[in-house]
Amino acid sequence: MRKHDLVEKNLGLMVALIVVAISFGGLVEIVPLFFQKTTTEPVEGLKPYTALQLEGRDIYIREGCVGCHSQMVRPLRAEVERYGHYSVAGESVYEYPFLWGSKRTGPDLARVGGRYSDEWHRAHLKNPRDVVPESIMPSYPWLNHNTLDGKLTARKMEVLRSLGVPYSDDDIEGAASAVKGRSEMDAVVAYLQSLGTAIQNKR
Amino acid sequence: MMSSFWSGWVIILTLACLAFVIYVLFTTWRQQRSEATTETTGHAYDGIEELDNPMPKWWLLLFVATFIFAAGYLALYPGMGNWKGLLGWTSTGELERHQEKHDRRYQPLFAQYANTPIEELVNNPKAVKMGKRIFLNNCALCHGSDAGGAFGFPDLTDNDWLYGGTADAITTTIMEGRNGQMPAWGAVIGEKGVRDVATFIRANAGLVDNADPAQLESGKKVYDTTCAVCHNADAKGNQLLGAPDLTDDTWLYGSSQAQVEYTIRNGRNGVMPAWKHILGSEKVHLVATYVYSLNEDNKAKKEEKN
Repeated sequence: MRKHDLVEKNLGLMVALIVVAISFGGLVEIVPLFFQKTTTEPVEGLKPYTALQLEGRDIYIREGCVGCHSQMVRPLRAEVERYGHYSVAGESVYEYPFLWGSKRTGPDLARVGGRYSDEWHRAHLKNPRDVVPESIMPSYPWLNHNTLDGKLTARKMEVLRSLGVPYSDDDIEGAASAVKGRSEMDAVVAYLQSLGTAIQNKR
Repeated sequence: MMSSFWSGWVIILTLACLAFVIYVLFTTWRQQRSEATTETTGHAYDGIEELDNPMPKWWLLLFVATFIFAAGYLALYPGMGNWKGLLGWTSTGELERHQEKHDRRYQPLFAQYANTPIEELVNNPKAVKMGKRIFLNNCALCHGSDAGGAFGFPDLTDNDWLYGGTADAITTTIMEGRNGQMPAWGAVIGEKGVRDVATFIRANAGLVDNADPAQLESGKKVYDTTCAVCHNADAKGNQLLGAPDLTDDTWLYGSSQAQVEYTIRNGRNGVMPAWKHILGSEKVHLVATYVYSLNEDNKAKKEEKN
């Protein structure tokens, strides 16, 4: 092809053609998903996070939990056996941003809700070695001392509502009082206990 | 299932992309020289020049092979919109196939013990060992790898039970989970009430030597009106509710004055998760057998004592 001189010597043209070439993958693999019911509609029984769970989620993000814990059970036998039902897209429709993660230094947490007691989570987050001697997870003792003021909770829920999360006016109105004075530990535990509970593992 | 618009979108874009790459490959192929040459392409980068030789045949054929692979793949697997592929492959279908294969192989190992009563199965070292492995994977996180428990997590080896230590009770506890709720009494009985009743309970268990009789009497009054409903008038507890015996030397949340007061003031909420959906009844049967086996020695010892 003698014309490749033309492309190689015009940077702008080359950039444009590269964008066209690589956009095919996205147009085929990603764009249609924005319009599929399985990815845009919640699974039955999925509830938006309560105010406290939502604050817990933000602390989960702040502490970088997602760096070591994925929230995505893949449809593979060993994973389903260990964690429970594989994750489906409809469980993540209220997630902004989603926390599927891509690194498992610790176990997957997509179905950790109800797996352990609240007290276990408190002991474990304060010092993981107290309950799992061989654990390499860092300790998060400050979660017990830090208290939530709830100043931004309602605002966060309003933003999420504008993105499509079905919060009612009552939810938003009561948000601040629902979290004010609670410890960050309470919030994180509430969040963890809510994970993956919309779909129950059935054997 | 995609709508026909999106199905068509995927098919057309996939085929257009393939067709374009094939077109580029073959036009380039046709336009190149047929023989090796010493002429260069005219590019010079840092003095390095490129001979204008034709592309190697094997390399071009490899490229063609990828097209054949793509055609085969798109025919066999679901890649073209709603086309399900000749193999009918899905990721969940593959999961189910793997699970069935696994179950066929391993389920009989668990099933062979399912109908043997735990009291009998406890004499089978193999079954107990299997139960122990499942225990270590799932239960040891709270109850410890020696099943000795921890603060707030019951010791499973001392033959002292919140909900009963019969084979049935242990199985029910694991299958359905338990929720032991000690309400917070601080606001109801007041700080003095908490102190008095804690002293009374500890004295009753032989943990206080010279308590003030007036305090004991006041504590007993609080106990009778508030605590006796669940823990019984004689403080021996109630296994139907999971209310612990307050006269023995097992204290899940500590026996110091401060801990007992804390428990009364703020309440406790002990949760044993339900495992039937996670492990299934056959594995639970083995775990229950293991837990039951841990107490066999203690049972003998306890009977000796009495």
